[in-house]
Amino acid sequence: MAYPTLENVLRILTLQDHNTRIVLAGACAFGVAAGLVGAFLLLRKRSLLGDTLGHATLPGVAIGFLIAYGTGIDPRSFLPLALGATLTSVAGIAALLLIRRFSTIKDDAALAIVLSVFFGFGVALLSAIQQLPGGFASGLEHLIYGSAATMSSTDTSFVLVSSLCIAVICIALFKEFSLLCFDEPYARSSGWPATALDLLLMSLVVWTTVVGIQTVGILLVVALLVIPPASARFWCDGMGAMATVSALCGGLSCLFGVFLSALFPKWPTGALIVLSAGAIFAAGLVFGPTRGILIRSIRTRREELKLRRDHMLRAVFECAENSSESVPLSQLLTKRPWSRRHVTSEIARLADRGLLTFSLSNDSVQLTTTGLSEARRLVRNHRLWELYLIQHAEIAPAHVDRDADRIEHVLSLRIVEELEDILDQRPHDRLVPRDPEKSHL
Amino acid sequence: MIWTELDTWIVIAGALTAMSCALPGVFLQLNKQSMLGDAISHAVLPGIAIAFLLSGSKDTLPMLAGALAAGVLTAILSGTIQRIGQVEQGASLGVVFCVFFAVGILLVRVAADHVDLDPSCVLFGSLELAVIQSSGIPKVVWTSLITLAVNSVLVALFFKELRLSAFDNRYAASAGIPPESVRLGLTILTSITSVMAFESIGSILVIAMLIVPGATALLFCRSVGSVLFASLGFAALASAGGHLLAISTIPAMLSYLLDNPDIGSVSSAGMMATCAGLMFFSILLGKILSKPRGASVTQVDTQ
Repeated sequence: MAYPTLENVLRILTLQDHNTRIVLAGACAFGVAAGLVGAFLLLRKRSLLGDTLGHATLPGVAIGFLIAYGTGIDPRSFLPLALGATLTSVAGIAALLLIRRFSTIKDDAALAIVLSVFFGFGVALLSAIQQLPGGFASGLEHLIYGSAATMSSTDTSFVLVSSLCIAVICIALFKEFSLLCFDEPYARSSGWPATALDLLLMSLVVWTTVVGIQTVGILLVVALLVIPPASARFWCDGMGAMATVSALCGGLSCLFGVFLSALFPKWPTGALIVLSAGAIFAAGLVFGPTRGILIRSIRTRREELKLRRDHMLRAVFECAENSSESVPLSQLLTKRPWSRRHVTSEIARLADRGLLTFSLSNDSVQLTTTGLSEARRLVRNHRLWELYLIQHAEIAPAHVDRDADRIEHVLSLRIVEELEDILDQRPHDRLVPRDPEKSHL
Repeated sequence: MIWTELDTWIVIAGALTAMSCALPGVFLQLNKQSMLGDAISHAVLPGIAIAFLLSGSKDTLPMLAGALAAGVLTAILSGTIQRIGQVEQGASLGVVFCVFFAVGILLVRVAADHVDLDPSCVLFGSLELAVIQSSGIPKVVWTSLITLAVNSVLVALFFKELRLSAFDNRYAASAGIPPESVRLGLTILTSITSVMAFESIGSILVIAMLIVPGATALLFCRSVGSVLFASLGFAALASAGGHLLAISTIPAMLSYLLDNPDIGSVSSAGMMATCAGLMFFSILLGKILSKPRGASVTQVDTQ
């Protein structure tokens, strides 16, 4: 395989090739439009609608071909095939809505039913076309599953105009579509034409699919409808941000893919675009700032450490409460099902932070002043919550510890103040109440 | 139309495959994984290409192994992405099979340097060709019979586990059944069933028969057991009806419309899928039409 020279790379990156420019414009516009439409589809849990409708175009193409053949038009002209494709996609949508409205079949099953039945019929019709004299079938398959690398300038203008229209409609009806995605019953009850909006959204998918299949191929249509919106979820919250990021991801995937295929002309553009989209998805999956694996595991880890710290501080405090201020390690070990290693490592960590001191001579720990005030706050929160549960939620004293154990870490100052009011605990002296479990025994 | 021995074998092989797909398909549908069949049909491509590049031959066995691995990997990977990335089920499936398919296309292009590899010819068989054999029972009938037997036994053995984890995750978990593992087992079983059938019969029949018979049964059955039996019936019926349409009605119609008497029978697998769809939609329409107007309003709680 030949690697591109530096000169070559520069020429491609500065868009000096007419062909690269055309393919780039068409593909990026399509990527942006598909990303926008796909964002709504993802939220409606119908990501694979594009897949279904893409397959549902096959019988339409075959019917368009057969009608053109029967009436003596050139059966390979674009119009009858596109019309047929649109027609059966719309029929597919009608079938989907029928299933959704009149049965309890789930959306994903409805998608699979329409996909397989329509595609099956298409396969059957195609096998009939193969028997017609003239050898049309091979050309037909190329027409159905186009490839981005061979996009001509008429193709590009067609894709550009369609993508622009789709994007404009999405932006104009942004509020309505968002409402439909998040709360369809509410949209219905407050007088929005929810069914019409749903139909419009699906028609946009049909439009995207039909335009895309003719020009960039079915794989790319499905991929660009599914992958960019799924990636966008890792980068942001909120509908507006998500749609924007999704459109961006779609555009970027196409940009990378087209550049790559210009650099390595032997490799198919469509596959490279899909792989770029996949790479963006993988990057988001790992590094995404809202839902990425990394950020979530850091957050979980941080919470876990805080939890362990809180539990240890409270254990030391409660041990010291009953006896001398210095707490032997053996006593700590009886507080919770902790292993010796866990306790020693945790004590070392807390000692580093200056929350307690450890004396080797008698194997015991003692809270420092900061540690003491922090532990006092925690124990107080814990017991306030226990008291509240016992007095106001009428839960048996033996059962409150587990609940309080979970909530003590997240009680905010405001809730603590409210608890103080309810339980008549004077806030100014911040006394730690007695352990309610023991005082009730 | 002349009915030959070959037609009988086509119907039998189609029906057996359809039934072996319908069994896991019912649970797939209850687990909201209906699109898995279609996803796998795309995702096997890189498996085939890699097997071809490694073995350097067009033998069926290594390719089948590659396809199996890719199919199972799709099921596992999309489940993992869904869980650890909190991505919606359909979307994670879509991401995985699109990327797999793209990798496959690239690999095929690489392989094409050495030899002409058309994956659709290598792996995706056709029902009509599969049954052609000089004498005796065709091989495809045996393999589909074995698949059906294995699937029936597995579904019967794990019926309780499959049903519980399809309907109530938490209850299943508390009853000592790990729902995640059951689901994983189900998807793996589906992958194996699908890939085996792709090789002998082609993908469209599999994608259709995984879901459509079960969905038809779900329109009127009330228990999982009855859905299973009804879906077996629908699968067999769709195969017979589909083949009849493929060799008689559709060619006759097309010949008449196109004024071309040369059109012979069309793809049986395609028409079997269509026939299953016809049954589904006619029962759905029947339900809609037989429902008295305003029935949903008059459903009053009698307690």
